[in-house]
Amino acid sequence: MTSIAPTSVSLNNARPTKPRNMGQIIRWLILFFGGIAMIMPIVYMISTSLKWPHEVYNVNLMPDDPTLENYTYVLEDGRFYIWFMNSAIIATLTTISNLLFDSLVGYTLCKFKFPGRTLVFIAILSTLMIPTEMLVIPWYLMSQNFGWLDSYWGIMFPGLMTGFGTFLMKQFFESVPDDFLEAARIDGLNELQIWWTVAMPLVKPALAALAIFVFLGNWTAFLWPLIVTNSPELYTIPVGLSGFGDEADVAWELIMTGAAISTIPTLIVFLIFQRFIIRGVVMAGLKG
Amino acid sequence: MANLVLNNLVKAYGKTEILHGINLDVDDGEFVVFVGPSGCGKSTTLRLIAGLEEITSGAIEIGGREVNNLEPKERDIAMVFQNYAIYPHMSVKKNIAFGLRSSKASKAEKEKRIQEVAGILDMVDLLERKPDQLSGGQRQRVAIGRAMVRDPAVFLFDEPLSNLDAKLRTQMRLEIKKLHQRVGNTIIFVTHDQVEAMTMADRIVIMKDGYIQQVGTPDDVYNRPANTFVATFIGAPSMNMIDGEIVEGGVSVGSEAVLSVPIEGHEKGMVTVGIRPDDLKPDIGTPVLKGTVTVCEPLGPETLLYVETGQGEVIAKADGRTAPQVGDSVQLGVDLSTVHLFDHKTGVALTS
Repeated sequence: MTSIAPTSVSLNNARPTKPRNMGQIIRWLILFFGGIAMIMPIVYMISTSLKWPHEVYNVNLMPDDPTLENYTYVLEDGRFYIWFMNSAIIATLTTISNLLFDSLVGYTLCKFKFPGRTLVFIAILSTLMIPTEMLVIPWYLMSQNFGWLDSYWGIMFPGLMTGFGTFLMKQFFESVPDDFLEAARIDGLNELQIWWTVAMPLVKPALAALAIFVFLGNWTAFLWPLIVTNSPELYTIPVGLSGFGDEADVAWELIMTGAAISTIPTLIVFLIFQRFIIRGVVMAGLKG
Repeated sequence: MANLVLNNLVKAYGKTEILHGINLDVDDGEFVVFVGPSGCGKSTTLRLIAGLEEITSGAIEIGGREVNNLEPKERDIAMVFQNYAIYPHMSVKKNIAFGLRSSKASKAEKEKRIQEVAGILDMVDLLERKPDQLSGGQRQRVAIGRAMVRDPAVFLFDEPLSNLDAKLRTQMRLEIKKLHQRVGNTIIFVTHDQVEAMTMADRIVIMKDGYIQQVGTPDDVYNRPANTFVATFIGAPSMNMIDGEIVEGGVSVGSEAVLSVPIEGHEKGMVTVGIRPDDLKPDIGTPVLKGTVTVCEPLGPETLLYVETGQGEVIAKADGRTAPQVGDSVQLGVDLSTVHLFDHKTGVALTS
């Protein structure tokens, strides 16, 4: 859109050319620095992963003597595979659970009228206002009482359903016209079938967004997995990586290598789900 | 196929009563159109029949069976929605097949039925398409197909044409009418468009504020309206309503004329005189009103005249070739057999 501006301006003989170009320059500059700010940590992570230990504290972006030694070390160290699998299992199961339960609860809160509906919704929303740091204590006590410490279930249970996901799904279900659900009701589907076969496909973009959020959130989760696990074989990648190095020194080059490898699944998840994020899916079945 | 009986149907939301005792018998195979302004309760009535809303009191029978407590799917009905409500993530074929999900028919039978419906609706070539690749009219046909494929006892249409453009609306109107002649199911059709009601219905149910105002054939409601509401709602432009007075020998309209219409059995006093614009013409028939033309609307064969008279503004119709011009004084006349009289207070028709 902005690219046609100079042509149209020159045809109209003028005056606004400069301000428009200035505006454009400012916009490009903001985008440029924004982009740099976002890409720098990633570049720095990869750069560090290619450095020898003695060079780690040099801030140069290009390593003097690039090496893949760190990658060989991390990949040959059997622990990394275990952490990787732990993270993969936990993030995948949690994502599936959130997609199912957040949408089920969101759908119910959105499309059914029952006494106490608003109260339930407010209760769910209020969980968003409590920071994780405050929740870990009750979570820990709960895990201790139920014997969930140092287990997959212990790591996963706080995130299997989230207030944020429920809220997101409820808001998206608001955009699904009741006509679809009523048509399905007349066509003989029960309420669970309507949710699954009619409503869920209509909110695919929201499900995709939720899947990305939840997967990333769990993939990068650090505090709670660190607290609830003791056995190294239950560590997730962030917890495991933090242990690289010894008491005297942190092996940043290995941590960065592990971090670089661990971004690959998140990219894959994003690539898989982003294609579902297409606007206007819901509208296609309505008046045109 | 089946008949439909609404027996003293009442619907209330909390303390607000929306429908106040609707009674109606619809015959097997009849095409009944509910018409009325927004908020008159016509869509609510349809949703009660469909089972999408619970009735407060009264009874609904479909095919002699009371369906009050049955789920929508158990009522043997199919519904076409204003927004079409065809599933955007399914192909046309899957959308149509969706109506057969709960059917016990074999796969081959279902396929045959889908092809048959697609054939009737002229959609065989579109079966593999997704809704976003269809025009508005085609989407509406898919919605009708999904309803048809189940061969329900009663079809319910909730303003299905109101999202289409004028040309397509006329075309779909004709298609639905032909479809009804072909399949013969009972149809309940809700619309706010009186032209749709007049052109399609075997019988029209005119509603206002949760009450049925009149049930009758298009001829009945047009030529023998039960009250001033029906008289002004049906017909475009609306019927002219003029204050009059029953006097010796007829009805006096202002000081200008006494119309010698039958007034037996009615007490002397004020009445409302209704004359359709089609029946009110310059210089023809019994003179009723005098006035000045303020606006002309040429429609080709005829011209609508807005005439300012001593009784307020009225609309008359003139021959398009010899119509008076703006500013002309005209004497409007009427064929006395087309004059309607209504009670001045209640609006109920007086002419028998």
